[in-house]
Amino acid sequence: MARPEAVAAPLLRGLRGVAAYFRGVMGADAYRKYLEHHEACGHSTAPMNERQFWRERMDRQDTEPQGRCC
Amino acid sequence: MGTQPNGKDAESVQAHVLELDPELPPPAVDDAVREAEERRWTPGKIALWMVVSLLGAVAWFMVALVRGETVNAIWFVFAAVCTYLIGYRFYSKVIERYLLKPDDRRATPAEYKADGKDYVRTDRNVLFGHHFAAIAGAGPLVGPIIAAQMGYLPGTIWIIIGVVLAGAVQDYLVMFFSMRRGGRSLGQMAREELGVVGGTAALVATLLIMIIIVAILALVVVNALGESPWGVFSVGMTIPIALFMGVYLRFLRPGKVMEVSIIGFVLLMAAIIGGGMVAGTEWGASFFHLDKTTIAWGIIVYGFIAAILPVWLLLAPRDYLSTFMKIGVIVMLAVAIIVVRPEITVPAFSEFAGRDNGPVFSGALFPFLFVTIACGALSGFHALISSGTTPKLVEKERQTRFIGYGGMLMESFVAIMALVAAISIDRGIYFAMNAPVALTGGTVETAAQWVNSLGLSGVNIAPSDLAQTAQNVGEPSIVSRSGGAPTLAVGLAHIMQQFIGGTAMMAFWYHFAIMFEALFILTAVDAGTRVARFMLQDSIGNFVPKFKEASWRPGAWLCTAVMVGAWGAVLLMGVTDPLGGINTLFPLFGIANQLLAAIALAVCMAIAAKRGSFKFLWIVGVPLAFAAVVTITASFHKIFSPVPAVGYFANNAAFAKALADGKTEFGTAKTVAAMEAVVRNTMVQGVLSVVFVVLSIIVIITAILATVKAFRDGGGHDHEDAPRPSRVFAPAGLFPTAAERELAAAWAKVPAAKRFERPGHH
Repeated sequence: MARPEAVAAPLLRGLRGVAAYFRGVMGADAYRKYLEHHEACGHSTAPMNERQFWRERMDRQDTEPQGRCC
Repeated sequence: MGTQPNGKDAESVQAHVLELDPELPPPAVDDAVREAEERRWTPGKIALWMVVSLLGAVAWFMVALVRGETVNAIWFVFAAVCTYLIGYRFYSKVIERYLLKPDDRRATPAEYKADGKDYVRTDRNVLFGHHFAAIAGAGPLVGPIIAAQMGYLPGTIWIIIGVVLAGAVQDYLVMFFSMRRGGRSLGQMAREELGVVGGTAALVATLLIMIIIVAILALVVVNALGESPWGVFSVGMTIPIALFMGVYLRFLRPGKVMEVSIIGFVLLMAAIIGGGMVAGTEWGASFFHLDKTTIAWGIIVYGFIAAILPVWLLLAPRDYLSTFMKIGVIVMLAVAIIVVRPEITVPAFSEFAGRDNGPVFSGALFPFLFVTIACGALSGFHALISSGTTPKLVEKERQTRFIGYGGMLMESFVAIMALVAAISIDRGIYFAMNAPVALTGGTVETAAQWVNSLGLSGVNIAPSDLAQTAQNVGEPSIVSRSGGAPTLAVGLAHIMQQFIGGTAMMAFWYHFAIMFEALFILTAVDAGTRVARFMLQDSIGNFVPKFKEASWRPGAWLCTAVMVGAWGAVLLMGVTDPLGGINTLFPLFGIANQLLAAIALAVCMAIAAKRGSFKFLWIVGVPLAFAAVVTITASFHKIFSPVPAVGYFANNAAFAKALADGKTEFGTAKTVAAMEAVVRNTMVQGVLSVVFVVLSIIVIITAILATVKAFRDGGGHDHEDAPRPSRVFAPAGLFPTAAERELAAAWAKVPAAKRFERPGHH
């Protein structure tokens, strides 16, 4: 039998990976990606804060609906 | 890049145009290295593919040829998975290599149009899940169940072979061509490639098809909830739950999507359990006991309100919930089927396979089986998702094979699992549940008597069996619960209770299944209404420019009302149809969906021809020809068949004649009003069939003309965006190859600041 921590560490990493994947699929990491993009592009203006970003993102969908399939 | 006269030297043209940054590692694995890697067959690889092929062959043999008493469900899983693996590894590779020729040196729209919002490079595995969640809904869970009337084999073959040669091909091509065009929609591509006539026909057809699809999806929900207090309560609760989640995300904790989804999921489970308690009380049972017409009106009113409410309040939170449930449910179903491995007693071909008057859906195996199972084998609706949203998120061109082709294989697998769930229940129960009330009589006694009178081999059902099943799943009755969803729910409950919880848990699993199907469908109804409303606004906007302003409330509300009115009318027609709505309308759903597939494939064929890839045009031509033949034949049956059960106009004439003769009841219509309803419904359905098929034929003809012209000219004008050099790298498939890993390591050493062009805007 391996020591418990030797098993726990990879298991925890695996679970974190699953959670991160789920977050990605659900689009929960959209704000982080927006910040990365903002950073990478070297905009001079400050990025939107999290609340503004989500508000703007939802409101934009009002005018650009995306279909969901049957 | 403007014109590209000949596909053969496309590569050299691109290499010449694309000036890659010499300071960066190459954005693509060198072609020669990749080729060598793909063509090198190590003993391990050979052994692996031999095992896959052998296992697949054995599984197909067990499913298709061995005629024992039963066949184990696990063979369906093996036959499907092995065929998908072979199709993915070999056939999609042929499409990639010879027809699409992706070039990873070119930047994708997610890179060259990056805005951090719509155009965002997304990890391929995440995007695979995201795309899958967008394409898979209730469709693959319903069609295979209705088609099970013919026995399991026709449906199984069509789902598995159809997806490899048609459905996945369509999704892959549309996604790739849209990606090369900055994420343009199918309608825009049709307009560009086929001209005004073809483009307009495609647009009108798409709009009508969306109406039909939304209406029939809603009909499935109505049929599942009719006279089911438990179902009405728990599905009804999804609305306040979604509203709460919306407010939570907007005002309390913005951006905490996972957190709110988990809260929503817990509330959803509570709603299911609570539904059982409420339905158990006297007031609950009477208050939530609604007939189908009431529920249909409820969904129509709901549909209108949901489509004009802001997205954040209802649509977005329910979408999160739906995605969350989708992935969970499908993993759960797969695990349960593999663990439980139910024995299937349904025959490969049933007594109805050779007839055209089956009680579940009418029409002969060819062509109607192929339209009844649309989603899961070939679904035109996917072309609307594969163009537009997903292409704006793809990181590298070569990943479209994994996401587009692979994503559709996954949906096909869902369809196979739904089929397995449906055929794992007793055949007598299956027919009692799926035949219209006009045939079963609505009570357990009459239903059992009718099922036994069908003369199906091995079927002998007692009224107590039906009553017992209804009691197990916590419903007042299961007789004539048509539409597919309740049958899937019984099948799923039947499998899941062997896995977790036993008979006591069956009612929970049944309502869990009803809940997630309703959730998928209501999201599709809401989103579909919105998309259709914008299409209508855009079209009217060509004449009255004010309508193009999305923020102009009266225009938005008017167009929403028109769209909801259109699908609502079809829905009510289906609910009140004396012939049994699903029975007559489901073929129209399938025909509409497949006609959209034919339109999408026709557009792809014209694009491929203009790129000069004539030698491999059959890759598009074969599924296009099949879809066209199936849908046009099915439409012609529906329009011209003299058999009243099949032909809309034949039925119309028969009922009109009966009315003229002064009869007060005819066939399954017991009153004059019912007979008049049949006359009206059949006329509407017949006219819709004619319009669909005419529009689709126009699109296909214009596509063929564009293809022939391109053939004569040796190519044509290419509407792709100009190629831009890529400054990023990512592997193409699930597992990176050795060369990809090496290159990724080189890229990992590049400092982040160097990787992106600084456009210097803002």
